[in-house]
Amino acid sequence: MKHRALLIVAGLVGAATLAVSLSVAAAGTSRPRTHATPAKSAAIVPPRVPNRAAIKAKYHGQKITFVGDSVGNGHVRDLALAKRFTKDTGIKVTVVPHPAASDQSYAQLARAFSSKSSSIDVAMIDVVWPGAFAPYLVNLKPKLAKQAKLHLASIVANDTIGGKLVAMPWFGDYGILYYRTDLLKKYGYTAPPKTWTQLFQMAKKIQDGEKKSNSNFAGFVFQGNAYEGLTCDALEWIASAGGGHYIDGGKVTIDNAKARTILDAFRTQIGKITPQGVTTYQEDQTEHAFDNGDAAFARNWPYQYGIGAGAGSKVAGKFGVTVLPHGAAGGSVGTVGGWQLAVSKFSKHKNAAIEFVRYMTSPGVEKFDAISNSNVPTIVSVAKNKAVVKTNPYLKPAIASVPRVTRPAKFLGTHYNEASKVIYQGVNQILTGTPASRVLPQIKSRLQQILNSK
Amino acid sequence: MSSVATPAPIPPRGRRTKLQRRQTRLGWLLLLPALAVVAFVAIYPLGKTVYQSFTNQEFLAGLTPTKWVGLHNYHALFHDTIFRDAIVLTLKFTAITVGFEFVLGLIIALVVNSSFKGRGLMRAVMLVPWAIPTVVAAKMWQWMLDDTYGVVNDLGTRIHFTLFGWHFHLLSHSHAWIADPSTQLASVSAVDIWKTTPFVALLLLAGLQVIPNDLYEAASVDGASKLQQFWRITLPLLRPAILVTLIFRTLDALRVFDVFSVFFGNRLGAQSMAVYDQGAIVQDGHVGYGAAVSVAIFLIISLFVVMYVTFVRVSEQ
Repeated sequence: MKHRALLIVAGLVGAATLAVSLSVAAAGTSRPRTHATPAKSAAIVPPRVPNRAAIKAKYHGQKITFVGDSVGNGHVRDLALAKRFTKDTGIKVTVVPHPAASDQSYAQLARAFSSKSSSIDVAMIDVVWPGAFAPYLVNLKPKLAKQAKLHLASIVANDTIGGKLVAMPWFGDYGILYYRTDLLKKYGYTAPPKTWTQLFQMAKKIQDGEKKSNSNFAGFVFQGNAYEGLTCDALEWIASAGGGHYIDGGKVTIDNAKARTILDAFRTQIGKITPQGVTTYQEDQTEHAFDNGDAAFARNWPYQYGIGAGAGSKVAGKFGVTVLPHGAAGGSVGTVGGWQLAVSKFSKHKNAAIEFVRYMTSPGVEKFDAISNSNVPTIVSVAKNKAVVKTNPYLKPAIASVPRVTRPAKFLGTHYNEASKVIYQGVNQILTGTPASRVLPQIKSRLQQILNSK
Repeated sequence: MSSVATPAPIPPRGRRTKLQRRQTRLGWLLLLPALAVVAFVAIYPLGKTVYQSFTNQEFLAGLTPTKWVGLHNYHALFHDTIFRDAIVLTLKFTAITVGFEFVLGLIIALVVNSSFKGRGLMRAVMLVPWAIPTVVAAKMWQWMLDDTYGVVNDLGTRIHFTLFGWHFHLLSHSHAWIADPSTQLASVSAVDIWKTTPFVALLLLAGLQVIPNDLYEAASVDGASKLQQFWRITLPLLRPAILVTLIFRTLDALRVFDVFSVFFGNRLGAQSMAVYDQGAIVQDGHVGYGAAVSVAIFLIISLFVVMYVTFVRVSEQ
């Protein structure tokens, strides 16, 4: 009996130790809040479904699964919209967030499609995927052609493969620079940096000053991890320095002097004006650092604006956005990102799924998403809406009209993911210390191999 | 009643008794479910993987027709420097982790095998790291090792001591343990050692408990020191348990995936063999090539199994 009592005590102590060790691990030093609430979420609610009575009559009671967002407050937004849709139509929507790294979520969808799984009805598709996934997606043209006309023609063209509209534009994306207005003023700057060199200098000066009172402070944060996001970031550095777009006109162009110079410039700044760990950062870590008041500059997508301006952010009212800096011989650019909604061919409730897509890509929802979540509307009239522009300053023409650069998906088709992996692995290698002159020739030959194998 | 019991000379083939034949048939019949299960869960997948490794099969089926390509994948694999790096890294990881886990595990096993107050409690508590799922443990350590917000750097730079008038900090400045290529292997190994040492200790403890106590008593009477007892009694009698432990741990370490995946994702020069294979199949979409990688990993692991088994045989003779 004594033995049993001892065992119980041991079990309890073990559980307590586990709890303590987990909470110690979670604590660290003041870890930034994971989810700050966006500013205007209280002011605007998910819109009602326009044609709800007709949908309810036809598809009431059907169940669909939506593989949706996970970055920032995306999942919260998806849940709110799905709830509204279910209430109005009687179609039950299960929302499943996809992996935060988009190459991982590509793999997840590829797995489902290649096994002809009916477990996914609606999926969120990156702007570089329609070519690869087209054979597995429902042609939305018969039902959604009219609504597609409202959206930006260039994105609709991107989502049209072989005459079939395989996905509907949902929200757009482009890289922008976030900067701390209060710190710029404090250190005697009147405007954000125009060139990368200026950014490095300003970041250094501000960091040197701020580190005295905040040891976690860094000048600049961006997406340096070896994943899809780095392909986007590095494209902006290289293109803005006149070094091309990895592949131009079907030829691999990445190994050139301008690309080498700008990549090496970034390499020498790692750990100097950035956290040393920036080579493991994705979007969320970037946003956390900036919104926790631990960075002077950040490169991120527009979604960060809403979180930064919202409750729980330490930098609300203290930051601005502008176009990204450029290299010595070039102009500012922004990598085209953005997400589409598509319906799986293996869905058992295609019509209900299409109605969900119709709702999610409607003007009402895009306006809601732009104001509550600061995502870029793909519907032209929504992007010009006064209330929308007011809450999303990056939609002002001065920022929104900056040249957009695209990742080389059209040259690579189904091999895009593999090629992007070669690019981001190589750039990450440069950032962690290997000179560009040693890495770029390798990237070039591997990209060439992939192009040849097509 | 069994055929083995019959003392009569074995009848020539084909002339076995009816009873014998019926029993053989029954034997096979009883074995059949087990054989079917083995064939289904082991032989079929392995055979299919080997078959796929000779094709150019793609992940997104239906886009390119699957063709037989002979040894093409193996030829490419032979020249694949990234996979070669993955093999070297995995072998280093295996050597480091299995070495540390064995030494630390043995020490812990010896401690909790001796009798002291609160021993039961100690045995339960030491298993806590092993009870945490690897991905959770890896995420936890990723936070703890973070250069800006991590508790390791925070404590390391705060803890300081004075020695002979000199002032020391445990860490002079925050370090990005995971991001820095020069400390990446150390950090990933540390997590594995922290997590798996209890398991090793448990296996060795089981081995220690079957060593009869009177051997030690007799040795003490004969005047053997504690150290002599360890080398002459404990270690030789623990050998079966040690071998089982080492085989288990080596095979596990060679297959490592989760910690590497959480810590480094797709970072070049930081991929274990399994991470590289997963990337080739699921991300690049090359099922055929990935199958060839799988076969290569299978062969490498088999090599270790053969080595261990041979070692056991030789040492038993």
